Amino acid sequence: MAPFRLSGTVYAALLNHRRSLDALGDAVAAAPYKGAPKGVVLAVKPRQSLVAPGGDLQVDDDGEPLEIYAALGVVIGRTACAVAEADALDHVAGFLVVCDCTLPRAGHFRPQIRAMARDASCALGAAVVPRSQAGDPDARALRVFVDGVLARASSTSEQVRSTARLIADVSDFMTLMPGDILLTGSAPDGPRVRAGAAIAVEIDGVGRLETRVVAAAPRMRA
Amino acid sequence: MKRARVAYSGAIHEATAAGAGSIRLGDGRVVAESDVVWLPPFEVGTVIALGLNYADHAKELAFKPQDEPLVFLKGPGALIGHRGATRRPADATFMHYECELAVVIGKPARRVARADAMAHVAGYTIANDYAIRDYLENWYRPNLRVKSRDGATALGPWLVDAADVEAPPQRALRTLVNGRQTQSGHTRDLVFDIAFLIEYLSAFMTLLPGDVILTGTPEGVVNVDVGDEVVCEIEGLGRLVNRIAGDAEFGRGTAAGTRKDKGSA
Repeated sequence: MAPFRLSGTVYAALLNHRRSLDALGDAVAAAPYKGAPKGVVLAVKPRQSLVAPGGDLQVDDDGEPLEIYAALGVVIGRTACAVAEADALDHVAGFLVVCDCTLPRAGHFRPQIRAMARDASCALGAAVVPRSQAGDPDARALRVFVDGVLARASSTSEQVRSTARLIADVSDFMTLMPGDILLTGSAPDGPRVRAGAAIAVEIDGVGRLETRVVAAAPRMRA
Repeated sequence: MKRARVAYSGAIHEATAAGAGSIRLGDGRVVAESDVVWLPPFEVGTVIALGLNYADHAKELAFKPQDEPLVFLKGPGALIGHRGATRRPADATFMHYECELAVVIGKPARRVARADAMAHVAGYTIANDYAIRDYLENWYRPNLRVKSRDGATALGPWLVDAADVEAPPQRALRTLVNGRQTQSGHTRDLVFDIAFLIEYLSAFMTLLPGDVILTGTPEGVVNVDVGDEVVCEIEGLGRLVNRIAGDAEFGRGTAAGTRKDKGSA
């Protein structure tokens, strides 16, 4: 393993895939959005949402399905505060495969953490590939498999902001620390699954993550 | 009991109040409160914040009350302690404070019923949750560029034990800018109260010790400028002091906010 710890904060870039806004069509210009986003759009993936390698994703038995998204995780290796785009990748230790899941969302106006910050909804890959070995982060093919069948394919070459641009724009207002992970974005409309599904996410040159979707345990008393 | 975390003489200490202007460190030393660096008063986990949770403030911002709480999350770099400085970017035209009651979780809460919710609270502190409205966009609003900025969420000075506060807290809160009161409200006017929020959140995210819920702010937000002193007070919990700093203090030049030096810090 490279000399960093996976103990930081996980952030996910949203709407960073070109198809995300394309899919909304004329709605982008209308209320409530009133135009395409100008700044970087992010979500925090809180600690209880993270699934360590080998762990399972959770979904409520009787609730809405889980949407499955593949994302390239950028592991920060050096503190990045207000870095220029040209210097941004110098702050990267390496990359890992991430499977980031949400419930179906009602549009993109509000943060909707009930859909996006759920317990055990963001699975992190076991292996961090050092930056020197991973190649160009903006030319990675990503694939999602559900029960062994290819369900979605995309590429980081389809991103609105490159990896370097994302790091620069985020670090302008929010310092990224060693061990933090920045997910560079996912193609829209991830496949919907329920408990029992076997999930695999592959990113060329980075690795493969396998996990399962299980029903969440019932209510705990105080 | 109320406790602070401070840096003094090369180490971080837990501290308690020790009479006017003094605090007692865990190792027995009594020092002037102005001689320490105040940190957020506990080890902070996930920072959970509420928008539009006072009916008057929602009206002030021309929003109808919500059916479901408007909740957003922040990264840890947003936090600073009492007597800290928060940067106001040169291009901002409307930056405002938000005085809020902060609820600190003391034991894990997963799918907790409302009736049991308050038993999961360790204590309370004061938050000043700054926002820069120039950066607001209508995508995942309020977006992190507005609400998760480095050093733009002050917490403290004290973590006051839940045992010493009525449940739910019924406290007046207010903000003073350069000594003049600009905001006032009362926690009885929360749209979604603390027990509801713990029940709501714990239904999908397990709340863990150290997680903190910033419960929203009442009406009365006004612009603050570089050099202003902003004090957020909650009755019986203390007064949280913050200062507004300019870009120059943070080594920010005019080149699109990018620092000229290439250091990694």
